Amino acid sequence: MPHHHVRIPFALAALAAFAVTPATAQQPAAPAAPIKLGIVSFLTGPAASPFGIPGRNGAEIVIESLNAGKGPPPFDKVGFGGTKVEAKYVDEAGTVANVVTEFRNLVQRDQVDAVIGYISSGSCLAVTPVAEELKALTVFYDCGTPRIFEEKPRSYVFRVSPHATMDGVGAARYLVAKKKDLTSFSGINQNYAWGQDSWRDFLGAMKVLAPKATPDKVLFPKLFAGEYGAEISTLLTSKSQAVHTSFWDGDLESFIYQQSARGLDKRMTIVATTGEAAIWRMRDKMPDGTIIGARGANGPLARENAYQKWFHDIYTDRYNTPPTYPAYQMAQSILGVKIAYEKAAAGGGKPTTDQVAAAFKGIEFEGPAGRVKMALGDGHQGITETAYGTYRFNKQTKQPEVIDIIRFPAECVNPPPGIDADKWIADGMKGAKC
Amino acid sequence: MLTAAAILTDGLVYAAYLFIVAIGLTLIFGVMKILNVTHGSFYAFGAYGAATAVGLYANGDWPPVLGFLTMIALAMAIGLVMGLILERGLLRLVYGKDEVVIVLVTYATFLILEDVIVLIWGPQSYAAYQPMVAAGSVQIGELILSNYDILLVAIAIFLAVLAYWSLKYTRYGRLLTTVIYDRETAAAFGINVTLVYTVTFVIGAMLGALGGAVMAPKIAVTLGIGVEVIVLAFAVVAIGGMGSIEGALIGALIVGVCRAAAVHLVPQLELFVIYGVMALVLVVRPYGLFVRAQPRKI
Repeated sequence: MPHHHVRIPFALAALAAFAVTPATAQQPAAPAAPIKLGIVSFLTGPAASPFGIPGRNGAEIVIESLNAGKGPPPFDKVGFGGTKVEAKYVDEAGTVANVVTEFRNLVQRDQVDAVIGYISSGSCLAVTPVAEELKALTVFYDCGTPRIFEEKPRSYVFRVSPHATMDGVGAARYLVAKKKDLTSFSGINQNYAWGQDSWRDFLGAMKVLAPKATPDKVLFPKLFAGEYGAEISTLLTSKSQAVHTSFWDGDLESFIYQQSARGLDKRMTIVATTGEAAIWRMRDKMPDGTIIGARGANGPLARENAYQKWFHDIYTDRYNTPPTYPAYQMAQSILGVKIAYEKAAAGGGKPTTDQVAAAFKGIEFEGPAGRVKMALGDGHQGITETAYGTYRFNKQTKQPEVIDIIRFPAECVNPPPGIDADKWIADGMKGAKC
Repeated sequence: MLTAAAILTDGLVYAAYLFIVAIGLTLIFGVMKILNVTHGSFYAFGAYGAATAVGLYANGDWPPVLGFLTMIALAMAIGLVMGLILERGLLRLVYGKDEVVIVLVTYATFLILEDVIVLIWGPQSYAAYQPMVAAGSVQIGELILSNYDILLVAIAIFLAVLAYWSLKYTRYGRLLTTVIYDRETAAAFGINVTLVYTVTFVIGAMLGALGGAVMAPKIAVTLGIGVEVIVLAFAVVAIGGMGSIEGALIGALIVGVCRAAAVHLVPQLELFVIYGVMALVLVVRPYGLFVRAQPRKI
């Protein structure tokens, strides 16, 4: 009896297996579930046009190209490691509390595999502890504050794009290289964290690089002030030979239009650390001779290589305008996640978040904006070279150009590992390898 | 001396800007007792309309003056249509409700209209600099002034004189003044208060749009420009007294000159000075500088 009890079900199972297996074997393998990314950037509000939309568009076109397996090697494997990627786009606009809620929704409700995004440093600072708490792989693409990885070690948060220190140090190095007789300079920056930090880094670097040049007018109009008549008069009545600004979008354009009418750029050189994001809109209204930064070797400051050409071409074909630096930052960030994912998946199967995070630490790769080394923040914060140049509107081609480009190696404009950016600048930028 | 001259001219230009954006807000409050947050949307739509008009004129071969007038005309037409739709379609439904409810309705409308801007013009910035470039500049001593800024001051003076003359010497102005003093008594005397409300709101909307149109050549017309304006306009109107045209003028002058002085002399105080002045005035005169004593109704 026991035999019968065993044999009949076994026989039935064998028959069932015989009957089912061939049919099952003839069907194609079920496609792996797509890898889900949450892409967060400003889709509305003043930061949408200069940063948020280019970042979102950069994500869209890169994911599309990667899913089609059309990335340049080593990015030519479909999606991430052969699995297609799908993105959910979320607006960063709103209060910081809202940003954190949306982040939680992406991780807990939508179960995304990684979140890539954030432009505002306030958003990044608020999301970081939540990302660590939820053990959610999170890659910041544009926010600049160095505090993320200086305050404490992180496990799940990464940033491929260099932090903002590089922008101020690079601007100072370029200005000193181009204006050796500089004796006085001024600054006009927005009165919030970004403007204050940008000026502090630039001023600190200038004190090291050009100790005889003195800061004159230090202006901090409020964010989105729109009207800069008094500030322009103040600068016009100063003896400065250069004015530093980290203004962006509407504020930058308003300032440029208003100063152009009063000839400020004829009296002093404007150093616009984020100017690249505006040149395609402003064209011949951006004064020739303006020193232009792109928060790294992005846009027209990028070196020509296969990655840059691939990204520039797919973006320009789709959106009829060349990609600006936020688009490059997004592309670099997605490619960083792809490299980490594929490295973690090398053992087979879908890697866990912990495996991807472990693989992400300290990676190096070549992307559209040059070589990224995840060298700071215990391998969580990237550094790249940066470049500055001088703007010129080419009247023959009727296209914006950046000429006289000077490149600064990553180790020349970023602090060494383990040293806070502020302290590094204040101590004379020791260890800079230029 | 140079700094003093710069403070005076910068203060006047900034005051002109403030007065142009505040006059519509204070007019609507004075007559309808509505703190109209949608005023920021009128400004933004005016600026976007002006940028669109400038785009058309820049692509054609029109003389600059015609381009400028087209810009103003289109913006004011937008203000007229918006004002009419909002007052007839929405606000008349909430008249008589609590003031807070009405403020919330105008705030909600403002938020909706921000998205309407994205639907119509997209998220990108627009430039309308051509009139400012065409106006050129003038050098007085060491100071270079934009002729467009001088034009702004002229427009502000024109609006102030027009408002004063209209209120004092025209029939409609007298009717308006009656409604400002006491709506119920005005209605009892046969004044069509509903019509006065509609006309006032439409004029306020057109003035808001005009503010956006004349500022458009100086700024990048981009998302969110209405937010900044509504805060500034409110500060000016609060200083001068809610509903007072002359109060808005004096408030704008005080804020403009104080801000210019701060930028030139103590730039760290630039952000503080506007609201510092407002707080100081409200401590001394809680209803603003130019509000008349209110009779107590029994």
